[in-house]
This record gives sequence, structure tokens and C-alpha cells, in this order.
Amino acid sequence: MSDITQEIGAAPERGRSLWDDARDRLLANKAAVGSMIVLAVITFLSVVGPMLSPHEFDTVYRDYVRVPASLEAYPRAEQVQPAFEKLAQRARFNIGSYERNGDVVVVKVSSRRAINPKSTRYFDRSDIFKNAQLLDMSDDKKSATLQADINYLHFYFGTDANGRDMMTRTFIAGRVSLTIGLLATAVAIFIGVLYGATSGYLGGRIDQMMMRVVDILYSLPFIFFVIMLVVFFGRNFVLMFIAVGAVEWLDMARIVRGQTLTIKRQEYVQAAEAMGVSDGGIVRRHIIPNTLGPVVVYMTLLVPKVILLESFLSFLGLGVQEPMTSWGVLISEGARNLQGAAWMLIFPSIFLTSTLFALNFIGDGLRDALDPKDR
Amino acid sequence: MTRYVLGRLFAAIPTIFLIVTISFFLIRIAPGGPFDLERPLEAKVMENLNKIYHLDKSLWEQYLLYLSSIAQLDFGPSFYFRDFSINELFARSLPISIQLGLSALALALVVGGALGVAAALRQNKPADYSIMAAATLGVTIPNFVIAPILTLLLGVWLGWLPVGGWGDGAFLNKILPVVTLALPQVAVVARLTRGSMIEALRSNHVRTARAYGLTSYLVVVVHALRGAILPVVSYLGPAAAALLTGSVVIETIFGIPGIGRYFVQGALNRDYTLVMGTVVVVACFVIIFNLVVDLLYALLDPRVRYD
Repeated sequence: MSDITQEIGAAPERGRSLWDDARDRLLANKAAVGSMIVLAVITFLSVVGPMLSPHEFDTVYRDYVRVPASLEAYPRAEQVQPAFEKLAQRARFNIGSYERNGDVVVVKVSSRRAINPKSTRYFDRSDIFKNAQLLDMSDDKKSATLQADINYLHFYFGTDANGRDMMTRTFIAGRVSLTIGLLATAVAIFIGVLYGATSGYLGGRIDQMMMRVVDILYSLPFIFFVIMLVVFFGRNFVLMFIAVGAVEWLDMARIVRGQTLTIKRQEYVQAAEAMGVSDGGIVRRHIIPNTLGPVVVYMTLLVPKVILLESFLSFLGLGVQEPMTSWGVLISEGARNLQGAAWMLIFPSIFLTSTLFALNFIGDGLRDALDPKDR
Repeated sequence: MTRYVLGRLFAAIPTIFLIVTISFFLIRIAPGGPFDLERPLEAKVMENLNKIYHLDKSLWEQYLLYLSSIAQLDFGPSFYFRDFSINELFARSLPISIQLGLSALALALVVGGALGVAAALRQNKPADYSIMAAATLGVTIPNFVIAPILTLLLGVWLGWLPVGGWGDGAFLNKILPVVTLALPQVAVVARLTRGSMIEALRSNHVRTARAYGLTSYLVVVVHALRGAILPVVSYLGPAAAALLTGSVVIETIFGIPGIGRYFVQGALNRDYTLVMGTVVVVACFVIIFNLVVDLLYALLDPRVRYD
């Protein structure tokens, strides 16, 4: 006996499971692999981006309202002097000589009254200068040299109508949109799989009744129900994905029921029945795991649907509330500012569309990989 | 046939009853009311208002009142648009929405179908690939992104089309909303038609038709397309639902006084009767449309019979 086990152990020829085959087929699909990379990059940016970004998503830069996207740093060279003059006016300084050495501005200022050393904060408070210092104060305190560093900031995606960095906001929005997409899909899958598997496994009258309920629910104008829910019960993040998830489970229930009907005739299910396993146990242990293939495929197609639905609600102003944001919110703001600030629409749109694109391709790839007879 | 139609319509009554019940109680258990203003109304005024709108009765009585009035096709007075009844509002807004939706549906079927057939006839050639790439793009780009871009391009920069408003149904005003509403459906229809057309072109009866030496027009349009159109017909139900959803956005963006826009406004203002009315009307449309789709299916496919 021990010889035999050793022999088997010596030859580690592992069989290829159906999952291995599916994985190989998926990896051979270039569109799907490319989409997975795109999706991974977007997810990474959404999760880590806001932490790496030099700006907070809700910091308002009053001096940079609606500045265009650019790789160069702000302020631009020609912006510095007018900005300085404006600040000097507010601090009641007269400008003697203006000099700029690289990133430092050195200005001789004078005033009719004694200069208050605290007036440097006028410059520190603006987004354009930092580390303002008053040097060489004259004896009557009416003239001095003011030295300030130029505070360079990068807005790679521009800023929005409130002067917030669009890049950080796009990343944060990605977090929200992807989270809602995943959570709502999870809710939908949970309800759908449980309902479908129960209905299919129990069969007969109960099955007919449960499916009749699904048919009735199908004819409800669900978007209208979601809008109603969201409007009447407040714009709550949790409520939103529960509402969306509760709407999208119907297809899932149908798919899983169909699968269950074929699976429950299989020998292993009959064997389990013969051994006296309870109905719940059979559904959980034997039926649901074997419906997983179509469920996974449908999931990848459901996530973009949910993200789109969330964006749709946010676009109508019923979704995520300020200062939090989602791609839908950003797009609706962008649409309002399209004329003259196209970057506010372009960047969130690119992120949203490429996510949807990638998820669709992955879904198609998974379907081909898991269901080879369909090709 | 008549019996089938009647049976289906009869079966819709419990569904509509369910919809009315769910939405009625859903709205009423929500906090807030239609007359909750920032500065509260005087107690006496409030009392009178509640009396006029039957809000002083118990919820159960209100529900029965609403059911009986809806059975007479009376949707009641609007809470927000004070001088109008819901029926008056719908009389004005429903034709606009129907026109918008049907035009978009027709456009989607004609353009999407033509593109799908064209792609199928040139399978795996550059034309096919470019049409399918465009279709994928059309499915994934949401229409609230397309709408402002088209508005900016055609309305503001080129100045060819008005950027919003309905203009009493002037043709130029319709172009942008209809096209934007139709675009995602064009894409879906094109994909569906291509798939089923490729299958139909390979089928036996089409090969026979070719062998008889029929012109390619006859082969494609008469013999192949009739079978290929079936999946598209069964997609019409979901398409109608998608158009209803889309019309909410499109009507909001373009400022069109249709039923979708009224719905959002009504919901935001707690206009109970308006919200209820919209839900009921939309549900009726979905049900009727599904029935029409099923009948159309029987018309096209002689294997399907409803007797």
C-alpha cells in the first residue's frame, strides 16, 4: 500500500482542471489582458493616487479657479508680477523695485504708515507665494525689502470651478465609483444567486411562484423606483448601492435558476440527496459553487452597468454629495462647464469610459474562456 | 389572437395594482411632505391645504381614494404645479416624450439595422471592424457625456442646431435629443443584427436562395433579414425601457418639457400625485410595449402562435 502511494507521489503529474483551461484561454485573449492591465492601473490610481497626489481632493485654490490642464507648473511666469502687485495693494505697500531671481521675488516696498511685520501673511495666504519675509526694515519702518518664494503647483488635469485639483478629484471619484460598482454588484449577486438557486432547486409550485414574482418585478420601471428611493430617503451612500443592487438582481436570479435546473439532475446532487444532506446544504455546497462560471461572467458585465447607473443618478444630482465626488458628479460638472473648461469633462470621461470599456472586454473574454462551445 | 391579447391585458391589472401599491406606500413612509417649505406655512393654511388634498385623512383612506380615482383614469391634482391636474400635465408632456422616444427607436432600428447588416456582409473586413469598434464605443460612452459634446460641437461652435428647448416640436430642435437618445441603442441594435445576420447568411434556406440565383437584394433583405431581425425584435422591450431611462437624462439636459423631466422635478418637490402618475404611466407603457413586441414576434416568426 505504501509503495503505491509513493509511486503516485513520485509522479507529480497534475491534471488540468477546467479552471486552468479557462485561465489559459483568457490569457490568450489580447483584448481581455489589455483591459485587465488598464483596469488594474485605474484601480491602482484610484486607491493610491489620492495619497500620492500633492493636493487634497477638497482643497480650494482660490488663485487657480478653472486653470487648464498642463504639465507645466503654476503660476506661469507672466502671472507672478500682477499677482504680487495685487497683493501688495491689499497690504497697502507701494512697490519700489520689482526683481525676480529664479523662484524668489525680491521687492523693495514702502508704505505711508509703519509696516506691520505681520503683513507678510497676505502673501503667505495666497496660493502663489510662500515663505514671505520682510528684510532690511528701515529705521522709520516705512520701507523694507520683501522676499517671497514662488509656490509652484502642478495641476496635471487642471482645476474645477472651485479651484480644486481635478486630478485628485478624478482619483477620489474613481474610488467612489468603483466601490459602488463592486458593492452593488455584490448585493445583486448575493440576492440573485440565493433566489435563483433556491427557486431552481426546489422546483414545482414554489419555483413557478418565485419566477412569477421576478416576471412582475421585470415590468416595473425600476429606474424610477431608484430615483424615488434616493430622493425620498436622502442621498445616502449606503442606500444608493443597496437600491441599485436590489434592482439588478433579477437577471442574475434567472441565469442561476437555469443553471440550477441542469445541475440538480447531476449524479453528485442525487448522491448527496441519497446520503441525506439537507436542502440548504446541497444548495450551498453543491449547486451554488457549480453555477459560478456564468455568475463571474455576469458580474464583470454588471459592474459597468452599476457604475453607469450611479453616474446617471449623480448626473441628475441625486448621487454622491459634495465635497465627495464620483465620476458621474464630475462629468455633470464638466458638462456644465464644457464651454471654456473642456478638461473638466474630458478627464473624468476618459476614466469612466476606459473602465467601462475594460470591464466589457474582460466580461466578453471571460465568457469565451469559460464557455468555449459558444465560440 | 384577440383572446390572447385580452388575456395579457387582463394579467397586467394585478401588476399595475402592485406597482400602485408599492409606490404609494414607499412615497408616504418617506420623511417630508409636499408643503414643507423653509418657512413653515401658517397652521390654518396648512390645515386647509391638507384638507383640500385629503392629507388629513388616514393613510389607508388616502390609498383607497387614490385607487378609486385611478380606476377612473384620474391622476388627481398636482401638489407642486398648483393650478394643474396631473392629467393636464400629462396631456402636454406625454406626446412630447412619446414622439421623442419613438423617433429615437425608429432611428436606432433603421441606422443600427443597416450598420449591422453592412458589417455582417463584410465580416472580418476593415468595414466590419470599424463598425463594431464604433458600436462598442457607443455602448460604453454614456449619453450624458455625448449630449454636452454634441451640443458644444453642433450647437455652440458650428451654430447649426439649437442647444436646447423643444420649440413646439420644430424639426431642428428634435435632432440633437433624438440622436443622443438613439446612439446607445443604435450601437446595441447594430451588434445584435450583425450577430444574427451572420448566422442567417450561413443557414440552409439562404444557401438555397443563393443556389436559385436570386439577386443579392432578395437574398439579403427578404430571406436572410427576416430571420435575423427576430433577436432585434425581442430586444425592443429592453430597448423601450432603456429609452425611458435615457429620456430622463436627455429631457433634463436639453430642457424638454417631457414626462421624464416632470418626474425628476416631481420627486424632488415631493409631488406625490405627479410621481405616482409617472410611475403608473411608464409601467403601462412598458407592459403594452412588451405585448406589442410579442405580437410582432408572432407576425414575423410563423413558428410562434398564440392560440
